[in-house]
Amino acid sequence: MLENIRISLRGIWSHKMRSFLTMLGIIIGIAAIIAIVSTIMGTNEQIKSNLIGQGNNTVEATLMQDGWEADFSNQSIAGVPVFDQSIIDEILEIDGAEKASLYHTRTWVDSLYYLNTSLSGATVLGIDENYLDCAGLSVSRGRGFSLRDHVSNAKVALIDQTACDSAFGGQDPLGKTLEINREPFTVVGVVTMRSAFEPTINSMEDYELYTQDSGGKVYIPDKSWPIVFRYDEPVSVMVRAASTDDMAPVGRELANLLNGKLSVKEGAKVSYQSSNLAEEAAQLQQLASSTNAMLIGIASISLLVGGIGVMNIMLVSVTERTREIGLKKALGAPRRTIMLQFLTEAILLSLMGGVVGVVVGIVLSHVIAAVAGVPVMISGLAILVAVGFSMAVGIIFGLVPSLKASELNPIDALRYE
Amino acid sequence: MELLTPSSAPRHGRHARVMEEVTQPVTAPASQASSDNCPVVSLRGINKSYGEGALAVPILHDIDLQVEQGEYLAIMGPSGSGKSTLMNIVGCLDVATSGTYLLSGTDVSQLDDEGLSRLRNRTIGFVFQNFNLLPRETAQENVALPMLYGGVPRSERIDRAREALEHVGLGDRVDFLPTQLSGGQKQRVAIARAMVMKPSLLLADEPTGALDTASGEQIMELFQELSDSGATIVMITHERSIADHAHRLVFIRDGRLYTSEEVEGVAE
Repeated sequence: MLENIRISLRGIWSHKMRSFLTMLGIIIGIAAIIAIVSTIMGTNEQIKSNLIGQGNNTVEATLMQDGWEADFSNQSIAGVPVFDQSIIDEILEIDGAEKASLYHTRTWVDSLYYLNTSLSGATVLGIDENYLDCAGLSVSRGRGFSLRDHVSNAKVALIDQTACDSAFGGQDPLGKTLEINREPFTVVGVVTMRSAFEPTINSMEDYELYTQDSGGKVYIPDKSWPIVFRYDEPVSVMVRAASTDDMAPVGRELANLLNGKLSVKEGAKVSYQSSNLAEEAAQLQQLASSTNAMLIGIASISLLVGGIGVMNIMLVSVTERTREIGLKKALGAPRRTIMLQFLTEAILLSLMGGVVGVVVGIVLSHVIAAVAGVPVMISGLAILVAVGFSMAVGIIFGLVPSLKASELNPIDALRYE
Repeated sequence: MELLTPSSAPRHGRHARVMEEVTQPVTAPASQASSDNCPVVSLRGINKSYGEGALAVPILHDIDLQVEQGEYLAIMGPSGSGKSTLMNIVGCLDVATSGTYLLSGTDVSQLDDEGLSRLRNRTIGFVFQNFNLLPRETAQENVALPMLYGGVPRSERIDRAREALEHVGLGDRVDFLPTQLSGGQKQRVAIARAMVMKPSLLLADEPTGALDTASGEQIMELFQELSDSGATIVMITHERSIADHAHRLVFIRDGRLYTSEEVEGVAE
């Protein structure tokens, strides 16, 4: 077999120009497919990152009532248990769930002051020790919550940059006291999104999507929540999925798991629902993919034409090398060996075209990405399929010429001038 | 010419032996291929025609021929006499329309493509008029080719190819391409290639046809050496001077074989 490959390579090399032109069909076909697939994937990734935030694959499940976020400020809702940390283990058993955190949240809190400055419109979150890590937040100034803060009902708070700006202006917030529902909380740190989790903002719509929490966020330890809010408020759950693709299934599983624990009355219309950004993204992606599926079809036709080119050249090669075939038969090469040799040559020709095509395709996708402004996403699977496909082209279109070569009568072949 | 009798009459060539009595089993196993007591080539009643039915063109008529081990036989005939067809049948490149051909005791008509290929590979060494070397391969690679099909391991192929080339006096030309060699040297490479599998029969078709007289003589000397060291040689030629190198000479005319006595008798 090695000998076969060596002979074939020599044959291909001795007709460089012809071999290159033959490969060109395969090169163009494969390059087009790679470029199209990577553009599709790049577009999809852009849709994902625009909507969801690149790398921050979090899904949140919140309690909904009649299609709105449930309001617990004045009433408790019967049949909704307050989950404690023991449910985390159950959540982490969901396929694709990496991290989980429980938190309380209250939006548009009115009684939130620094001295006389109101932070109306801010969101207050009561968070457990996993939250910052899970949400992709890091402490940029001061410190985070210590374990002691979490267990001792400490009245400490973390704020985000928005809240910091609106409450303290240019002042140093550390050590200052925020008043939440008339209880004093000491600001110990400022948190920011880790840079890797910052979403790409390309349009006004994106911008509004990310800045809807315009009042900023104030975080307090979950144990301290009952000091300022109700003690039996249902919690929300945040889960970090292993990948963006896992978000939708993890979200569904999460909602199912939590809803299974509810014992609300029939018709109460209370249930956990997970944020469905991933599903929105998936719908957009599908739209992009279906238009591009046609492009792949067109590129496949060029691959077919390339395959016919390989067959044509192999047929010429068989005719040209009739004498050689006759001689090899006389020297004891059985039909099978002759066939294998031509088949090897056809496969190598296609395979080399495929490999060059992959390289050209990768270059092309970088060019497209640069021009169209989408991220470059080269799919390993697409490369594997492309190379496999080019080999298949070699086999399919090399078979007829190889059979023709192997069927040659040695005397006729030797006599051929 | 019409006075010539077909070759079914007893032959008395210079090295002729008793052959008519030899009766080999029709389906001798291939393992007998090297047994000492059977002739290398045994043709009985071989007919060959091209085409079908009424359009069939007969080429060979009732050929009987035996070549014993160590014999050096020349088949002489003008062009169109059927000598190439006979050579193709003897070389297992073509099959007879009727008749029996035992090659070293193996009935050739019983073999399929694989079997024929193996037989050609192990039993027959070919030398052609136009050398038929692969132009892009070196002398050594050309000589190694039959061993590739014979399943000889790579390192052994290289050693044996060098050895065979040294044997024909081309030890210093192993890495030359055919285009860098003279006609005589090319034919030596071809002979090395033919002998490298140690075949039971060396089959040469006009081996000097494309060479000048001096190179032709050298090739003939090489054949003589091979014959002296025990090789069985069948050579086809149309030149009497070349044919005279052989131990025994048979003639082919219009598809029939004649001994030299029969032909000379007519000539006198």
